Amino acid sequence: MFLLQIDWWIFFEKLILIAAIISLSMIVAMYSTYAERKVAAFLQDRIGPNRAGPFGILQPLADGLKLFMKEEIIPTMSSKFLFILGPMLAMITAMLTSVVIPWGSSIDIAGHKVALQVADINIGILYIFGVVSLGVYGIMIGAWASNNKFSLLAAIRGASQMISYELAMGLSLIAVLFLVGDLRMSAIVKQQLDHGWNIIYQPLGFLIFFVCALAECNRTPFDLPEAENELNMGYHQEYSSMKLGFYLFAEYINMFISGVVMATLFFGGYDIPFVNEAAWGTHWWVGLIGFAVLMLKATIFIFLFMWIRWTIPRFRYDQLMNLGWKTLLPLALVNMIVTAAVVLLLNK
Amino acid sequence: MEALTNRKKQVERKPMTFWEKMYLPAIAKGMGITMSHFFKKKPTIKYPEETRTFSAVFRGVQILNRDEQGRERCTACGLCAVACPAEAITMEAAERQQGEEHLYREEKYAAKYEINMLRCIFCGLCEEACPKDAIYLTQTFAKANYARKGFIYGKDDLLIPNPVTQPEEYEKAKGAIGRDIK
Repeated sequence: MFLLQIDWWIFFEKLILIAAIISLSMIVAMYSTYAERKVAAFLQDRIGPNRAGPFGILQPLADGLKLFMKEEIIPTMSSKFLFILGPMLAMITAMLTSVVIPWGSSIDIAGHKVALQVADINIGILYIFGVVSLGVYGIMIGAWASNNKFSLLAAIRGASQMISYELAMGLSLIAVLFLVGDLRMSAIVKQQLDHGWNIIYQPLGFLIFFVCALAECNRTPFDLPEAENELNMGYHQEYSSMKLGFYLFAEYINMFISGVVMATLFFGGYDIPFVNEAAWGTHWWVGLIGFAVLMLKATIFIFLFMWIRWTIPRFRYDQLMNLGWKTLLPLALVNMIVTAAVVLLLNK
Repeated sequence: MEALTNRKKQVERKPMTFWEKMYLPAIAKGMGITMSHFFKKKPTIKYPEETRTFSAVFRGVQILNRDEQGRERCTACGLCAVACPAEAITMEAAERQQGEEHLYREEKYAAKYEINMLRCIFCGLCEEACPKDAIYLTQTFAKANYARKGFIYGKDDLLIPNPVTQPEEYEKAKGAIGRDIK
């Protein structure tokens, strides 16, 4: 009797959604590594990997296999528990962020309306910020457990960088919230469906958010923590095989999720520009088209991240902190105050 | 102090303008330059599907020549071995017997002719020294091998295919030489 009282629909719906989102994140991260190499190559007047499969499509599989097959090295003088915990934390927090994102409007299956969002919690975007802040722990714990001065130095820089840039990110987010009035991700998207994309109202906010997202993902020009030629590979120096794979993957998943979050907050999420989707009715494929559009926006953002990486040199550490505290924070504050003033005036 | 050359330039130390301080216009310009490179034609040569064309005088692996009737030109005179600065060539001579006139051009021929590719420096002095137009340097590379033994090329590795019995392979081998030979 108890079994019949459980709402099996919700159970299976969420289970399948979670499985789909995790595999999607993994596949996107895998092919992000391939895209990174190809984009880097094309920007540098060469062609990237083109031997493994046609146009090198199977290269990520080869990379994954290589990482699996490598020897697992754990330094003797380190804490084994913490050493393994570091990459685990990085991966877990990267995966956790994808839970509250609205991937599409909804799909009608056999009369049930399946919303393409695993959890529409009422603190939506704040949850994402909280989990991303936890991601710093993954780096710090991993570097501390490496028993290596260079890794520790890199992780300290990384942690201070991530904390500094979270502030400006949060403030630019507040300006978006003034326009929406609700923290729920689905409400943010709905407001953009009705009133136009937030990029029109918040161009400066978007710019600040974008720069801070670059810093949160440890991407150039803010990639001091994993500076390849400065700090001897930074915090993932002592890692080999799958633990290193987890760190690298977690970075690419973070990049993907940042792209999706930016698309959701500023570019309308699953909204197709200049098209009225409500007029299409409730076929089962309407939600999927929204999903495809969101993927396209995220892909454009990922390409933008990579394009910037291979154009700009790295920031020095003091320049980085100056930018975060002395430039972006005041700018974000000004943006927030101006937005608040305009919203108040217009509501009067 | 007097300047050593007349090409010195005074370094500009003006403070940054507002646009420069923003970094964003400069970054955008840089990104434009990178994007233009994205669409340029890549100079990469996709080996082994495409290969570079060598010059006509490129010095690669040696080849032992034959004449138009398919007879070996080499007479084991030893001038190439003497000319070789790396002492890579060794040979053993033999006398042509009665029934072998279609095989060898003159009465003396090289029964064993070996070039040690690990010693060879591909200088081309053996080709310059040969009085019989018997040895030429082609445009091929010496293939990689796991053992030193595989790098000692004997007569069967070095001889050009017979133009009488194997005309197509002969034409192909001649094409790998890159210039006209006798």
